[in-house]
Amino acid sequence: MKIRYLSVVAASLLVAACSSGPEENANVGGTGGQATGTSMNAPVPGSPEDFIAKAKDRVFFALDRSDLDESAVKSLMGQVAWLKQYPTTKITIEGHADERGTREYNLALGERRANAVKQFMQAQGVAAARISTVSYGKERPAVVGSNEYAWSQNRRAVTVVAK
Amino acid sequence: MNVLANALFRTKAGFAALAVGLALCLAAAPARAELRIDITRGNVDPIPVAVPAFGGDDDRAAKMGADIAGVLQADLERSGLFRGIDKQAFIQTFASMQVQPRFPDWQAINAQGLVQGRTATMPDGRLRVEFRLWDVFAAQQLKAQAYVTEMSNWRRIAHIMADQVYERLTGESGYFDTRVVYIAESGPATKRIKRLAMMDQDGANHRFLTDGSDLVLTPRFSPSTQEITYMSYYNGVPRVYLYNIDSGKRERLGDFPGMTFAPRFSPDGNRVIMSMARGGASDIYTMDLRTLERRRLTNTPAIDTSPSYSPDSQYVVFNSDRGGNQQLYVMAGDGSGVRRISHGEGTYATPVWSPRGDYIAFTKMAQGRFFIGVMKPDGSGERLLSDGFLVEGPTWAPNGRVLMFFRQNPSDARGQGGDSYLYSIDLTGYNERRVVTPMEASDPAWSPLIP
Repeated sequence: MKIRYLSVVAASLLVAACSSGPEENANVGGTGGQATGTSMNAPVPGSPEDFIAKAKDRVFFALDRSDLDESAVKSLMGQVAWLKQYPTTKITIEGHADERGTREYNLALGERRANAVKQFMQAQGVAAARISTVSYGKERPAVVGSNEYAWSQNRRAVTVVAK
Repeated sequence: MNVLANALFRTKAGFAALAVGLALCLAAAPARAELRIDITRGNVDPIPVAVPAFGGDDDRAAKMGADIAGVLQADLERSGLFRGIDKQAFIQTFASMQVQPRFPDWQAINAQGLVQGRTATMPDGRLRVEFRLWDVFAAQQLKAQAYVTEMSNWRRIAHIMADQVYERLTGESGYFDTRVVYIAESGPATKRIKRLAMMDQDGANHRFLTDGSDLVLTPRFSPSTQEITYMSYYNGVPRVYLYNIDSGKRERLGDFPGMTFAPRFSPDGNRVIMSMARGGASDIYTMDLRTLERRRLTNTPAIDTSPSYSPDSQYVVFNSDRGGNQQLYVMAGDGSGVRRISHGEGTYATPVWSPRGDYIAFTKMAQGRFFIGVMKPDGSGERLLSDGFLVEGPTWAPNGRVLMFFRQNPSDARGQGGDSYLYSIDLTGYNERRVVTPMEASDPAWSPLIP
């Protein structure tokens, strides 16, 4: 189990590193990643690892915005499909902001982003009782660095499946 | 030697168990001091002040007298308004307070102010400290006072006397007998450890109030300085808490269905005003600490946060994006009569009403930079005091003439840099200096004068 998990993390690091584009040395921290399910050892179906492997676990937002763009909707549709396949799972949506805002406002902005994802999922038929939200404001960046790439990665809502 | 009448009283709570003896002013005439500083001007030349070691009746008292003089002088120097004079230059040395200053000796080394003091051990083991402030060139006594306290309170006595000197020479009340609560930070940005920490205004008596296992943010003092309200992710649920400094007890404030954050006490200490986020909207609420009655002050789909009361409790200034981006608004204490007060370029956040009521400090974001600024409560007279990649979260010293905030530097793509520290600055925009903390720091909140 541990080995499987590590391989997923390794795959996600690889993908994230590839997607970092022109920014060099972009580091990935935090939990999760954008694994594509290419890992050799498939995680247990319906597990948090399976969710990360099969669906994109996070969506990104424009500066100071909380509306879902086309790519966010696509990712969320994948999440919804997985959640419908495993209807007993529960999730927490973590809303985050980049470092370019004040702490208190960013807490509110993170909540607004998490709520935007929750609203979308509810509209797609995921029961509200399965979804909780939490905001971390700018307290838990996924990518370190004071640059546009890091900020774009940190303005996010991450769906975490409960263990 | 004049007779000093010591009227003793004890502070209410047991934090320091300080017994202060207020003495009579020894000066017969309420002198018109020539030695006076106008701190409403910009960059002032610091006034040279001599603070010789306070003489002591015995070795222990003498040691304490030297330490007290050192703390007092450091307070005065940090204000940027005074400059200590090197003790090597002193011509006259005091054996005791009975000795009158030889003013020509002090004029010769260009001391304009002279703080003369004496310490003594009382029969009951307590410490007695007296001091006199002299205008050297007018050869005139400006202030004299005596205190009796437990030995362990010697630093507070030094701060209280520094406040007396500051007040006498500037006409403004002092701010040295105060504390700062803040967030001590360590670890990488992705797994930052944050602890509630408290220290005297000069960095002494530092202590941690939480162990870092929960993320904690935005602490603020109660008017009595005995309680702190702050936000904690205890058990992963972000809510506003109260922390009692004496007992070390913490309690969750109210039972709100959504995240509560951005708390501040009302000026009378009976309420906490804060935001609750729910369903994508953040609104402002108050909670009465005696009745636990909850009251909603704003009700919009926008983000309304960072509320701060005016010192007379009649108004609340807050930050809202109801107009499209973050601006400052003022409303009456019951939530009525909302009006926007910020109109400059950029966006505005974290408004804090000065304890004197004459200004509102804020964080401003414009052209990719952050600023600390002040404006009048009607929004006029905006002035920017400091700027940087990220400066945030101003807090006022109780005299409303000095502010503290935090400054975070940018980090590189490997996460190097990004360090965060506290700074103080005068309302004039001068005298910015780092506030020394044992580790990285953010979210400072200045206490009122300690009762």
